[in-house]
Amino acid sequence: MFDNIQEIFSTLKQNKLRAIMTGFSVAWGIFMLILLLGSGNGLQNGMENNFKGSSKNALWIWSRRTQVAYDGLKAGRRIQFNNQDVTALDRKFSDDFDDITGRYSIGGEASFTYDNEYGTFRVEGVNPTFKKISIMNHTDGRFINDLDIQEYRKVVVISDPVEKALFKDSTSIGHYVKINKVPFLVVGTYEDLENKERKKAYIPLSTSQRVFNGNNKLSEIAIATNALTVEENKKIEENVRLLLAERHKVSPDDKQALGVWNTLEHFKQSQGIFAGIRIFIWVIGVMTIIAGIVGVSNIMIILVKERTKEIGVRKAIGATPLSVIRLVLSESIFITAFSGFFGLVAGMGLLSIVSMALEQAGSQVERAFWNPSADLGVALWALAILIIAGLIAGYVPARKASAIRPIEALHDD
Amino acid sequence: MAIIKIKKLEKIYNPKRIPVKALNGIDLSFEEGEFTALVAPSGAGKTTFLNMLGGLDEPTNGTIEINGVRIDNLSASEKTKFRLRNIGFVFQAYNLIPVLTAAENIEFIMELQGVSKKERAKRSMELLEAVGIPDKANIRPMQLSGGQQQRVAVARALASKPKFVLADEPTANLDSKSTENLLDIMLQLNKKENITFIFATHDARVVKKARRVITFEDGKVIKDENFE
Repeated sequence: MFDNIQEIFSTLKQNKLRAIMTGFSVAWGIFMLILLLGSGNGLQNGMENNFKGSSKNALWIWSRRTQVAYDGLKAGRRIQFNNQDVTALDRKFSDDFDDITGRYSIGGEASFTYDNEYGTFRVEGVNPTFKKISIMNHTDGRFINDLDIQEYRKVVVISDPVEKALFKDSTSIGHYVKINKVPFLVVGTYEDLENKERKKAYIPLSTSQRVFNGNNKLSEIAIATNALTVEENKKIEENVRLLLAERHKVSPDDKQALGVWNTLEHFKQSQGIFAGIRIFIWVIGVMTIIAGIVGVSNIMIILVKERTKEIGVRKAIGATPLSVIRLVLSESIFITAFSGFFGLVAGMGLLSIVSMALEQAGSQVERAFWNPSADLGVALWALAILIIAGLIAGYVPARKASAIRPIEALHDD
Repeated sequence: MAIIKIKKLEKIYNPKRIPVKALNGIDLSFEEGEFTALVAPSGAGKTTFLNMLGGLDEPTNGTIEINGVRIDNLSASEKTKFRLRNIGFVFQAYNLIPVLTAAENIEFIMELQGVSKKERAKRSMELLEAVGIPDKANIRPMQLSGGQQQRVAVARALASKPKFVLADEPTANLDSKSTENLLDIMLQLNKKENITFIFATHDARVVKKARRVITFEDGKVIKDENFE
């Protein structure tokens, strides 16, 4: 084995530049395949990141202005959701819902103060069920609970960046912060899975409506459905839309008055797109490798031609056609596997560097492109492809070599 | 008793276009342990005859029997195996494998025979010592002189412990001293190991050492002299 490798090295050393260029074409092919697959993964991870912060079968509904006159009311009327909408929906479609909650956003950003620290952050009033629809990672303390709602408690759950901004490295739990000059007790902290840098705070919905003049108004309704398919979720969406339209005297045909984000539908759409992208990437990658294989095959044919006499001598002194085939194939596999391995390592290395850079760059890039890695399975596939590629590349030249007649080769001076 | 029997051997090149008769009805036999020179001007059929004898080329007519085996009837792969076990070649142009060192060139044929690595290494060193260049074991052919390359070629031909060595103009590119040394080595091996040597040559120095001289002309044997 070691002798064979030495012999292969020795053969390749005879024409260093050609060996390097041939190897480069294979290395480039694998490098590009790994890079493309990693990029595809990066885009997909970015897409999945956008869905991470929400239940996969959620409906997020917000109100807008009507576009169509209806039931004696003019177009352009502003729709405003309220607590009764949530109650009505829950009553009518409880069999279709896992959870439902209203959300009230305090207009613009609220000012937060703690000691001498100050900042402006978004504040939303939510119910306890909100954390099941908008998935978050609790890092300390607790979330809003039923007692908070019932007793209109002034408690707040803040995101990690908010805690960092106001409390630096000390803990915030049990301390009071002032939100628009109203003191709130910090009861929990969380990490936003969709965007780790997001600065936001949650307070009880009832408190938010009472303290910040919300009355019974809601900015948004969030529903986690029990739908298993996009079609089921679309059906629930349509029913919800019709009930809300009826309650607010909106034409059933006025699609603009109510905004709906159907996460399951968008998630499936994105998955479909990425499945297509993945196929496209494999096609491009495999094409690039094929170009490399053709290059190696051509070079091997030239090598066999140049070594006709040597192969003839080998056969004259007793080398069987099989041993000649083995010689050419082992060289071909060596070139593809050796250089392909370099391409593989370079591709994986570059992906790791990009991944690390993205992690350091933070939230903005993270949302679109994240963790562009090619996993071990892909690397093993690529290695298998390389060995098969080497076999394919060497097959034709090896057959040619084995067919060389010693007598003709010896005359070939 | 003859171990090589050749009857009515003919080789015609380009039989369908312009036929050239390289061998024209050769009848010869060789005993074990002969040291024989085939002498003839260029183009008289010496190399063709050796190629036929070594199974590298097929005769147009006639038979070649070596050790009771009709090699003209063997398939290409059977001939390859026959060569591997019975025949050592020394080519005029040395024909060493350029990517292998001197020792590796000698070991190559033993590797094909399935000899162990240790045994191969031992025997290749013994042979390099026998041909007088043990210090060149790890040198590639390109870095060796013509004489040294031919010595490696002889060592390689003997590595497989052949019964016959067919040498085509083995001294053509050598100076007098190298020729003398090489012939002495081959004579010693011929006597010690009873290997049959058949040379195609026009070198008078080789002819002088041969115990049998066969003269070819126009593809025919015109003289067969024995000096034993």
